[in-house]
Amino acid sequence: MFITVAGEKKEVKDGLTVTELIAQEDVETPQYVTVSVNDDFIDQKDFENYALKEGDSVEFLYFMGGGR
Amino acid sequence: MMITMSKSDYEIILKHARENLPEEACGLVAGKKEGKDKFIEKVYCLTNIDHSNEHFSLDPKEQLAAVKDMRANGLVPLGNWHSHPESPSRPSEEDKRLAYDSTASYMILSLMDNENPVLNSFHIEGTESEKEELVLV
Repeated sequence: MFITVAGEKKEVKDGLTVTELIAQEDVETPQYVTVSVNDDFIDQKDFENYALKEGDSVEFLYFMGGGR
Repeated sequence: MMITMSKSDYEIILKHARENLPEEACGLVAGKKEGKDKFIEKVYCLTNIDHSNEHFSLDPKEQLAAVKDMRANGLVPLGNWHSHPESPSRPSEEDKRLAYDSTASYMILSLMDNENPVLNSFHIEGTESEKEELVLV
Protein backbone atom coordinates (compact mmCIF):
# COMPACT_ATOMS: atom_id res chain seq x y z
CA MET A 1 0.00 0.00 0.00
CA PHE A 2 1.04 3.63 -0.40
CA ILE A 3 1.18 6.19 2.39
CA THR A 4 2.70 9.67 2.64
CA VAL A 5 5.42 10.22 5.22
CA ALA A 6 6.52 13.80 5.87
CA GLY A 7 5.16 14.79 2.47
CA GLU A 8 6.83 11.93 0.60
CA LYS A 9 4.82 9.11 -0.95
CA LYS A 10 6.12 5.68 0.06
CA GLU A 11 5.17 2.06 -0.52
CA VAL A 12 4.92 0.07 2.70
CA LYS A 13 3.55 -3.31 3.69
CA ASP A 14 -0.18 -3.58 4.34
CA GLY A 15 -1.17 -2.98 7.96
CA LEU A 16 2.15 -1.39 8.92
CA THR A 17 1.92 -0.08 12.48
CA VAL A 18 3.18 3.30 13.64
CA THR A 19 5.84 1.54 15.73
CA GLU A 20 7.04 -0.36 12.66
CA LEU A 21 7.06 2.82 10.58
CA ILE A 22 9.14 4.62 13.22
CA ALA A 23 11.68 1.78 13.07
CA GLN A 24 11.58 1.66 9.27
CA GLU A 25 12.15 5.41 8.98
CA ASP A 26 15.02 5.24 11.49
CA VAL A 27 13.46 8.04 13.55
CA GLU A 28 15.93 9.38 16.12
CA THR A 29 14.89 9.54 19.80
CA PRO A 30 11.41 8.10 19.03
CA GLN A 31 10.38 8.52 22.66
CA TYR A 32 10.25 12.29 22.03
CA VAL A 33 8.38 12.12 18.74
CA THR A 34 4.76 13.04 18.30
CA VAL A 35 3.00 11.31 15.41
CA SER A 36 0.03 12.58 13.47
CA VAL A 37 -1.98 10.55 10.97
CA ASN A 38 -4.20 12.61 8.69
CA ASP A 39 -3.74 15.53 11.13
CA ASP A 40 -4.92 13.50 14.15
CA PHE A 41 -2.35 13.04 16.90
CA ILE A 42 -1.83 9.44 17.98
CA ASP A 43 -1.24 8.57 21.63
CA GLN A 44 2.19 7.04 22.15
CA LYS A 45 0.59 4.07 23.92
CA ASP A 46 -1.32 3.28 20.71
CA PHE A 47 1.71 3.32 18.37
CA GLU A 48 2.18 -0.44 18.59
CA ASN A 49 -1.36 -1.33 17.58
CA TYR A 50 -2.21 1.55 15.27
CA ALA A 51 -2.31 0.03 11.78
CA LEU A 52 -1.85 2.49 8.94
CA LYS A 53 -4.15 2.40 5.96
CA GLU A 54 -3.75 3.06 2.25
CA GLY A 55 -3.47 6.80 1.59
CA ASP A 56 -2.70 7.82 5.18
CA SER A 57 -0.54 10.90 5.64
CA VAL A 58 1.91 10.62 8.52
CA GLU A 59 4.01 13.35 10.12
CA PHE A 60 6.70 13.03 12.79
CA LEU A 61 7.16 16.03 15.07
CA TYR A 62 9.89 16.42 17.63
CA PHE A 63 8.87 17.72 21.00
CA MET A 64 10.32 21.20 21.37
CA GLY A 65 10.51 22.81 24.75
CA GLY A 66 12.80 24.14 27.41
CA GLY A 67 13.02 26.40 30.37
CA ARG A 68 15.07 29.17 31.84
CA MET B 1 28.43 28.00 10.76
CA MET B 2 26.62 31.26 10.15
CA ILE B 3 22.90 31.87 10.51
CA THR B 4 21.31 34.87 8.82
CA MET B 5 18.02 36.51 9.78
CA SER B 6 16.35 39.61 8.38
CA LYS B 7 15.76 42.55 10.72
CA SER B 8 12.06 42.34 9.89
CA ASP B 9 11.91 38.70 11.04
CA TYR B 10 13.79 39.71 14.17
CA GLU B 11 11.17 42.40 14.81
CA ILE B 12 8.40 39.79 14.41
CA ILE B 13 9.77 37.53 17.14
CA LEU B 14 10.65 40.48 19.37
CA LYS B 15 7.08 41.80 19.11
CA HIS B 16 5.62 38.35 19.85
CA ALA B 17 7.96 37.87 22.81
CA ARG B 18 7.10 41.27 24.29
CA GLU B 19 3.36 40.71 23.78
CA ASN B 20 3.59 37.42 25.69
CA LEU B 21 5.41 38.79 28.72
CA PRO B 22 5.63 37.70 31.47
CA GLU B 23 5.43 34.26 29.82
CA GLU B 24 8.12 32.74 27.64
CA ALA B 25 7.29 33.00 23.94
CA CYS B 26 8.38 30.49 21.32
CA GLY B 27 8.34 29.55 17.68
CA LEU B 28 10.16 28.04 14.74
CA VAL B 29 12.52 29.29 12.06
CA ALA B 30 12.70 27.99 8.50
CA GLY B 31 14.59 28.79 5.35
CA LYS B 32 17.43 27.43 3.27
CA LYS B 33 20.75 25.75 3.96
CA GLU B 34 23.83 26.42 1.86
CA GLY B 35 26.67 24.21 2.97
CA LYS B 36 26.92 24.73 6.71
CA ASP B 37 25.27 28.15 6.60
CA LYS B 38 21.59 28.75 7.31
CA PHE B 39 19.41 31.53 5.89
CA ILE B 40 16.16 32.16 7.75
CA GLU B 41 13.37 33.10 5.35
CA LYS B 42 10.37 32.74 7.62
CA VAL B 43 9.74 32.83 11.35
CA TYR B 44 6.75 31.25 13.05
CA CYS B 45 5.28 32.52 16.31
CA LEU B 46 3.62 29.64 18.15
CA THR B 47 1.72 29.26 21.40
CA ASN B 48 3.64 28.29 24.51
CA ILE B 49 1.24 25.67 25.87
CA ASP B 50 3.05 25.78 29.24
CA HIS B 51 1.97 29.43 29.67
CA SER B 52 4.90 29.92 32.02
CA ASN B 53 7.65 32.46 32.57
CA GLU B 54 10.07 29.59 33.19
CA HIS B 55 9.18 26.90 30.64
CA PHE B 56 7.97 26.51 27.11
CA SER B 57 6.52 23.75 24.92
CA LEU B 58 5.43 24.37 21.36
CA ASP B 59 1.79 23.71 20.57
CA PRO B 60 1.96 20.45 18.51
CA LYS B 61 -1.01 21.42 16.32
CA GLU B 62 0.60 24.73 15.42
CA GLN B 63 3.93 22.98 14.96
CA LEU B 64 2.31 20.58 12.47
CA ALA B 65 0.73 23.50 10.58
CA ALA B 66 4.10 25.28 10.48
CA VAL B 67 5.89 22.19 9.15
CA LYS B 68 3.30 21.87 6.38
CA ASP B 69 3.63 25.57 5.56
CA MET B 70 7.41 25.21 5.32
CA ARG B 71 7.04 22.30 2.92
CA ALA B 72 4.48 24.17 0.81
CA ASN B 73 6.88 27.11 0.54
CA GLY B 74 9.96 25.03 -0.25
CA LEU B 75 11.60 25.83 3.09
CA VAL B 76 13.37 23.49 5.46
CA PRO B 77 13.14 23.62 9.27
CA LEU B 78 16.23 25.35 10.66
CA GLY B 79 15.45 25.41 14.37
CA ASN B 80 13.38 27.07 17.01
CA TRP B 81 13.41 30.20 19.12
CA HIS B 82 12.16 31.10 22.56
CA SER B 83 12.38 34.01 24.92
CA HIS B 84 13.90 34.28 28.37
CA PRO B 85 11.86 37.01 30.08
CA GLU B 86 14.05 37.14 33.16
CA SER B 87 17.33 35.46 32.30
CA PRO B 88 20.24 35.88 29.86
CA SER B 89 20.39 34.69 26.26
CA ARG B 90 22.06 31.36 26.88
CA PRO B 91 20.73 27.79 27.01
CA SER B 92 19.59 26.71 30.46
CA GLU B 93 20.22 23.17 31.68
CA GLU B 94 16.61 22.36 30.77
CA ASP B 95 17.07 23.88 27.30
CA LYS B 96 20.06 21.58 26.75
CA ARG B 97 18.33 18.53 28.19
CA LEU B 98 15.34 19.00 25.87
CA ALA B 99 17.36 19.81 22.74
CA TYR B 100 16.89 16.53 20.91
CA ASP B 101 17.87 17.70 17.43
CA SER B 102 21.58 18.42 17.07
CA THR B 103 21.05 19.76 13.53
CA ALA B 104 18.72 22.52 14.77
CA SER B 105 19.65 26.07 15.75
CA TYR B 106 18.31 27.05 19.14
CA MET B 107 17.71 30.80 19.26
CA ILE B 108 17.18 32.52 22.59
CA LEU B 109 15.88 36.06 22.95
CA SER B 110 16.57 37.59 26.35
CA LEU B 111 14.20 40.31 27.53
CA MET B 112 15.88 40.52 30.91
CA ASP B 113 16.55 44.15 29.97
CA ASN B 114 13.40 44.85 27.96
CA GLU B 115 14.90 47.99 26.39
CA ASN B 116 17.98 46.09 25.26
CA PRO B 117 16.90 42.66 24.02
CA VAL B 118 19.63 40.15 23.19
CA LEU B 119 19.21 37.39 20.60
CA ASN B 120 21.74 34.58 20.25
CA SER B 121 21.70 31.31 18.36
CA PHE B 122 23.19 28.09 19.67
CA HIS B 123 24.17 24.65 18.49
CA ILE B 124 23.35 22.17 21.26
CA GLU B 125 24.64 18.63 21.37
CA GLY B 126 24.24 16.66 24.57
CA THR B 127 25.28 18.85 27.46
CA GLU B 128 27.43 21.08 25.26
CA SER B 129 26.28 24.30 23.63
CA GLU B 130 28.13 26.52 21.22
CA LYS B 131 27.17 30.02 20.11
CA GLU B 132 26.56 30.33 16.37
CA GLU B 133 27.45 33.39 14.32
CA LEU B 134 24.13 35.22 13.95
CA VAL B 135 23.92 37.93 11.30
CA LEU B 136 20.96 40.33 11.10
CA VAL B 137 20.58 41.84 7.63
